[in-house]
Amino acid sequence: MAADPVHVEVRRGAYADSVALLQVSRDVAAVDGVLAAQVAMATPLNVEVLAGMGFPVPDCSPNDMVVAIRLADDSRLPDALAAVDAALRGGSRGGGSAAEEEAPRTTRSALSRSDASIALVSVPGASAAVEAMDALDAGRDVMVFSDNVPLAQEVALKQTASSHGLLVMGPDCGTAMVGGVGLGFANSMAAGSGPTVGIVAASGTGCQQLMCLLSYAGVTVGAALGVGGRDLSAAVGGLSTREALRRLDADPTIDQILLVSKPPDPGVGAAIDQLTAALATPVTAALLGSRGPDLTTAAELVLDACRVEAPSWPTWSRDTSTRQSRRSGYLRGLFVGGTLCDEAMLLATKRLGPVRSNIPLSPDLALDASLTADTHLMVDFGDDGLTQGRAHPMIDPTLRLEHVARMAADAATGVLLMDVVLGHGAEPDPAALLAPAIEAARRQRDLPVVVACVGTEGDPQGLSRQAEALAAAGAQVFLSNFEATMTALDLVETGT
Amino acid sequence: MSEPLRGVVTVGADLLAGALEEQGADVTRVDWRPPMEGTEADLATVALDPRRRDANDRAVEAVLAVQANLVDVAPASEVLGLGAGEFLHAGPPIGWDRASGPLRGALMGAAALEGLADDPESTAALFESGDGVSWEPCHHHGAVGPMAGVVSPSMWMFVLEDAESGRRSYCSLNEGLGKVLRYGAYGPEVLARLRWMTRVLGPLLRDAVRDTGPVDVTGILTQMLQMGDEAHNRNRAGTLMLLRDLASAMTLSGHPAEDVGEALRFIGGNDHFFLNLAMPACKLALDAARGIEGSTMVVAMARNGTDFGIQVAGTGDEWFTGPAQVPDGLYLGDYGPEDANPDIGDSAITETAGLGGFSMATAPAIVRFVGGSVPDALATTRRMREITLAESPRWTIPVLEFAGAPTGIDVAAVCRTGILPQINTGMAGKVAGTGQVGAGLVTPPAEIFPAALSALASRVP
Repeated sequence: MAADPVHVEVRRGAYADSVALLQVSRDVAAVDGVLAAQVAMATPLNVEVLAGMGFPVPDCSPNDMVVAIRLADDSRLPDALAAVDAALRGGSRGGGSAAEEEAPRTTRSALSRSDASIALVSVPGASAAVEAMDALDAGRDVMVFSDNVPLAQEVALKQTASSHGLLVMGPDCGTAMVGGVGLGFANSMAAGSGPTVGIVAASGTGCQQLMCLLSYAGVTVGAALGVGGRDLSAAVGGLSTREALRRLDADPTIDQILLVSKPPDPGVGAAIDQLTAALATPVTAALLGSRGPDLTTAAELVLDACRVEAPSWPTWSRDTSTRQSRRSGYLRGLFVGGTLCDEAMLLATKRLGPVRSNIPLSPDLALDASLTADTHLMVDFGDDGLTQGRAHPMIDPTLRLEHVARMAADAATGVLLMDVVLGHGAEPDPAALLAPAIEAARRQRDLPVVVACVGTEGDPQGLSRQAEALAAAGAQVFLSNFEATMTALDLVETGT
Repeated sequence: MSEPLRGVVTVGADLLAGALEEQGADVTRVDWRPPMEGTEADLATVALDPRRRDANDRAVEAVLAVQANLVDVAPASEVLGLGAGEFLHAGPPIGWDRASGPLRGALMGAAALEGLADDPESTAALFESGDGVSWEPCHHHGAVGPMAGVVSPSMWMFVLEDAESGRRSYCSLNEGLGKVLRYGAYGPEVLARLRWMTRVLGPLLRDAVRDTGPVDVTGILTQMLQMGDEAHNRNRAGTLMLLRDLASAMTLSGHPAEDVGEALRFIGGNDHFFLNLAMPACKLALDAARGIEGSTMVVAMARNGTDFGIQVAGTGDEWFTGPAQVPDGLYLGDYGPEDANPDIGDSAITETAGLGGFSMATAPAIVRFVGGSVPDALATTRRMREITLAESPRWTIPVLEFAGAPTGIDVAAVCRTGILPQINTGMAGKVAGTGQVGAGLVTPPAEIFPAALSALASRVP
């Protein structure tokens, strides 16, 4: 059997970020005569992917770029390589004439040329603290979007920031809003008529859920500060939470503060309580977890504090008469948002018992690398373990779409629960790929599908547009992840 | 936190920068690339070292505060205490077995100059055996030497002194271009010139300097940069300014008129004469930062023709060495790359202080000489800002809107960006006795920076 011709080259010292390379790979794969293409940095994970695609991978380091192309025939190679170069050029910024200033190569250099208020760091975790430190050295706040930052480095960064009155958001902070601008994955916030709320949250999608619910309820979200999931641990001591609370308290436009976190270390929690009691701005603290409120309840608590009546949260479905019926089988949750996944698991565990996951509530419930099990299960595709060397599922839905098909094909799946997170930075049209996947799943065997769609009308993707497209495919869609999860739980026939 | 943002610097995923621009934010993108391989952990350790910022601030301040005055000219035997058979040389320490052609040639010529043998060729056996001879780096004695940098007891030295601290640095007198000892040539004309420098030039300059009073070398460097010199491969304006300052005292020194005339002709005919003052001025400045624990600033870059070495403020007197590279540039006459010795000399002390290749933008006249173009020169100086800690408030570059020379190479920044210090240099023939074969551009071997970084990281408490 004659194999298709394959071209593999290592470009030493070439670099582009994983998201840019994803686009490059897509562009090249779309070239006529190209059967498969992968342009990627040679991280161990990507080398595995390349090997999995059947490419022979030569010796290379993670600092090298690998261009791997499978062709219908050799004559197509020049076109394919031209497409690689064009796509790589398209991704790179700056350039210009030799007399023009070259782009800064470090955060320090960039800040020496700009009076920017804040730096947004999203380099690989091992390099994030170095860039973040540049910002602190220059007296600027920093948001660390990067995950996989070692705890000791987080502590050192936050201690430095704290002694200079600076704010470190993150690490692994997916979302923030400062000065009316969303940083990271962030939803578009319209100014509401009601009071203004400032949010302090651990990180990403939980914060997005809160912002979207509050925005829907008509209050203004004035600022949202993400402090990172480990901030309230004993090791970090809540340094960023304290600074964030002080900042919001000092902001005269903020009427109410909502502090949302997982249960803190008891000592740290007590210190934060002391601080919040001393602030002039009222603070609603919501400690998520098995004994605490869910995100929707947290939003309702702060609305109550603002004396704004909580609305009925919106929901979309094809038509009420064909509501999905209860099914025997397991609940399968496929999430891109870690906090949303966690919230769904907590709710599901109360009703269904143990749920296996790659971010399990207890270690014995961990899933293996196959991400499958003959039980109730929930997968967070945005977890560090699944994003190393790969774009976040809010940008690249491929991995989750594969699992949607796998779960749908699994006769033991009783209900499929998912989230879709909209906003700046996220996929431009998630429903375009997910709706057909849902349709396919439902065509197979009328599988109930429930979706939490976190977004606002102002988002580039448009909340209603996305929710309606998903509903048209047969899903029941909710703005509230709590309501979506409860609906999914109602649909699972337990004790079968 | 609800006040409008002045702007956002983004480093990492371009998508997030795009998302900010979509919202109308003013975004400055960092062109981030992975650091040199295997340096991530050390970079984080050093970045998070609580001493670093203050240590680097102090290092920069110390370097910039130095004001180098030429205060004396004297034989090496007197000011450096060199005894018979003792020599200094450029670069990190090296044994005879690994010494390059030009270094060997210069040592052999200097041995003949000192009368250890009549014929330079016959002194090779002395150095091989080490019998009655010893040689150490200039840098270990507060001195610097261009190219082979060989100093022997009878050679006369410029003596520079920091006005504030009284610290001193030393450099030999420049012999001119072509067949000269520092390029490894040791023919009769080379030795004859050296003897004249010892007999006539040294004492004359001593008397003129002592009569004139301290000559502000740092100040002349400031003016040179306004006049198209980068003080490594072009020292024409500096040489003329030195002559201007000393000519009167030289003529009135009481030395024979023919000696004064010969000396004036010699200095005026050697555009590189001032290099041997620029170098010790830089050495004096950088030595002020030595031993500042926690500082990541490079305080010396030096080559012996075999090894390229750096020393760093925060790592004491340790050398981090790798193989010296062959410069890329233009060749004299029929010489070609096969004739060139790898990089040699302490003159990279000028780049270490922000001059030479780092200030290339100010010397468009020589960009072709080192094989470049004017836009390259502007880009080089701008690029060096990425790896330096400060800009000199004193040494400024008119064509870059009087931006300061990029000063104080940061080991961590080199490892982060992979940008290597750009050095302008002369090229010596690799066979002992040849002399100069060309000039060009060279960089240090990359691996010495991660090695220095690792040593810095291991010293973090």
